[in-house]
Amino acid sequence: MDILLPFFVAIPVFSAIFMLIVGKWEKRIFPRVWSIITTASLVVLLIIIYNKGTIVHEVGGWKPPYGIVLIKDNLSMLMLIIVNVVAFLTIIYSFSYITRYEDYLRFFSLFMLMLAGMNGVVLSGDLFNLFVFLEIASIASYALVGYGVGAEELEASFKYLILGVLASTLILFGIGMVYSVTGSVNMADIARFLINHPGNRAVLMATGLFLLGFGLKAGLVPFHAWLPDAHPSAPAPISAMLSGVLIKVLGIYALIRVSYHIIGITPLVSQIFIVIGCLSMVVGALMGFGQDDIKRLFAFSSISQMGYVMVGIGLGTPLGIIGALFHLLNHAGFKSLLFLSSGAIEGETGTRKLSLLGGLREKMPITSTSSVVGALSISGVPPFNGFWSKLIILLAALKAGNIPVAAILVFTAFLTLSYYLRFQKNAIFGEVRKKVEGAREAPIPMVAPLVLFAVFCLFAGIFNNSIITNIIMPAQEILLDQQAYIMSILGSM
Amino acid sequence: MKMDKHTGMTLIVKMITRVTVGFMLVFGGYIVLFGHITPGGGFPGGVMIALAYILITLAYGREFVEHKVSGVTASIVDDLGALLFWTMGIIGLYVGGRYFFNFLGKGEPFNLFSAGTIIINNIAITLKVGMSLYAIFLALAILQRVVTEEEPKEDEK
Amino acid sequence: MTLYFLDFFLLTVGLYALIAKRHIVKKILGVAIMEYAVNFFLILIGFKKAGIAPILTKDMDIATFIQTAVDPLPQALVLTSIVIGLGTLALMVSIAIRLYERYGTFDMHEINRLKG
Repeated sequence: MDILLPFFVAIPVFSAIFMLIVGKWEKRIFPRVWSIITTASLVVLLIIIYNKGTIVHEVGGWKPPYGIVLIKDNLSMLMLIIVNVVAFLTIIYSFSYITRYEDYLRFFSLFMLMLAGMNGVVLSGDLFNLFVFLEIASIASYALVGYGVGAEELEASFKYLILGVLASTLILFGIGMVYSVTGSVNMADIARFLINHPGNRAVLMATGLFLLGFGLKAGLVPFHAWLPDAHPSAPAPISAMLSGVLIKVLGIYALIRVSYHIIGITPLVSQIFIVIGCLSMVVGALMGFGQDDIKRLFAFSSISQMGYVMVGIGLGTPLGIIGALFHLLNHAGFKSLLFLSSGAIEGETGTRKLSLLGGLREKMPITSTSSVVGALSISGVPPFNGFWSKLIILLAALKAGNIPVAAILVFTAFLTLSYYLRFQKNAIFGEVRKKVEGAREAPIPMVAPLVLFAVFCLFAGIFNNSIITNIIMPAQEILLDQQAYIMSILGSM
Repeated sequence: MKMDKHTGMTLIVKMITRVTVGFMLVFGGYIVLFGHITPGGGFPGGVMIALAYILITLAYGREFVEHKVSGVTASIVDDLGALLFWTMGIIGLYVGGRYFFNFLGKGEPFNLFSAGTIIINNIAITLKVGMSLYAIFLALAILQRVVTEEEPKEDEK
Repeated sequence: MTLYFLDFFLLTVGLYALIAKRHIVKKILGVAIMEYAVNFFLILIGFKKAGIAPILTKDMDIATFIQTAVDPLPQALVLTSIVIGLGTLALMVSIAIRLYERYGTFDMHEINRLKG
């Protein structure tokens, strides 16, 4: 069974190279069809390894701690589900979205490389291997953000690139520091060493560097400067992948893996997480108010929701982590939905500005219904899924006795609700404006993922109990149990 | 070899290039093939081979070297190198049950064929890195100045 | 010990060039200097006083090799890191060329149409 793990990385890499070779002769139909086949096969692979517990695969036959390991435990399972399912639906969406660009081939090739990088980050059991896959995914995303080479896309891509390279350099510095203390880069080996020799100041500095580096990749305040420029300027499927998956995998997942399993959580680090989380929530929500561009509004809202997740992680109680991980899953669902629908709106009406849109409900019924579902979910309206995850985080804050944080949570929820209501009133309801006159419903490959995401939001809200017990709670148990992680890889303490 | 007097650099540079390019390619090949015994391996060897091609581009002009190895050919060789590396990994998975398992025989140490699949991996990386660098150089060299009003000069750089 | 301080100084120089300079190419050079500094730091970690290069020759047995050689693992990490830096640098330079074609200037303070 562990022979299947490398395929999560091997299949997308092969697709990327193969599409480039075949694309010398046929570059219109083949890249799209091949990408759909690839992502579908990854989803099938996901279903096969779904309930099999912790799987460890040693690359090259070398045993840890000498060799590289690929490990899938329940936390990785949750992230793999998020990455591969969102990628599959986004590829279906890009089937017809890509027709507004001329070069189909390189888009799908870079997309496959980004997917391979993200799968590798999630499966990696080795700190330097995580860094290499993080770089693969990041470089592919820098190129994809500037894909339509207009002036503003290139400017956004350059700003994102500069800050992303700074983050990667800091992460590598942190990895060097951890290596100099422990003498190994294998995650379980480092954890075992640091349990036996606690209180090392170099490790504290490495934690700070990791917080800076991964926080910058996650778009947390005060490292968020690239996010409001990069997410609107990218093509709509790439915005959905960036905001729905990339900031979660490269930023939040790597941060919690490093701080919970490798270095070990301390009260100081939890406090810092809570403070950064609260800052992100408030700043993201306040700056979302005056925005005219809908994609920029969604980008600020992403910053705010990532703040929710950080607060849940920082609280450290089992209830808080369940809420944070569930919100991670939900946010992938509704934020991808919102960004894909904004791409459909822009494609049909030619604009993204709220001041020029209006009355989409009559012209594009399916798109506007799914957008309304997405907006209600992210604002936390029952019975959709956002309500339950925000409620769990709020309960965790109250149970931990942290009243100021709970107050900030409620305040941010009100702000989020208010600007999404503004989005709905201006863009979807109201009278039909001039730009919206000629709009028709988007083609089927673009509408089907929207409907599927909206159905997911509804089901995850109604059946939240079964989702939490089957997917979220195993992940939370793994996260809090550092000893089990070490035992499963190294076999001894 | 067609030596057009109007493109590229002076005659002395062209003469010296003809002599040294062969040495550079041989030295690059040596670094690649003996990568498991002496320092080096795929990446430095690939850089040296790319540098040999870049030297020809600088000395003789772009049109000359595009007859020999064009940008499209470099791209295809680059992809084939990556595919070869991936195939080594998958064959390792099939034969030994682990990704990138070393399945060829390992002779005595310090011989040329003493490290199993590492030598083939080195060659694959050299193809990929060398042709990649060369293709990047060609791609960046094709751009001309379009902003200023002066007449666009084609540099060989 | 002084080597570590010099390395951090190099990192600070690169960081300063990245943040404070307005010209795009100077920012790219700042990134390159920062990457050199981090690679140097990684190699410096494995350094041992009076150590030999970690190459096993025919007339050396394993015990003396382990005792006198510097640590080879950071050198493998640095090799990977240099290749990653190469890829990033190529991407940065090509985006900088395209930015110049679109905006007509290399000054980052004038390339800010995205605001708010």
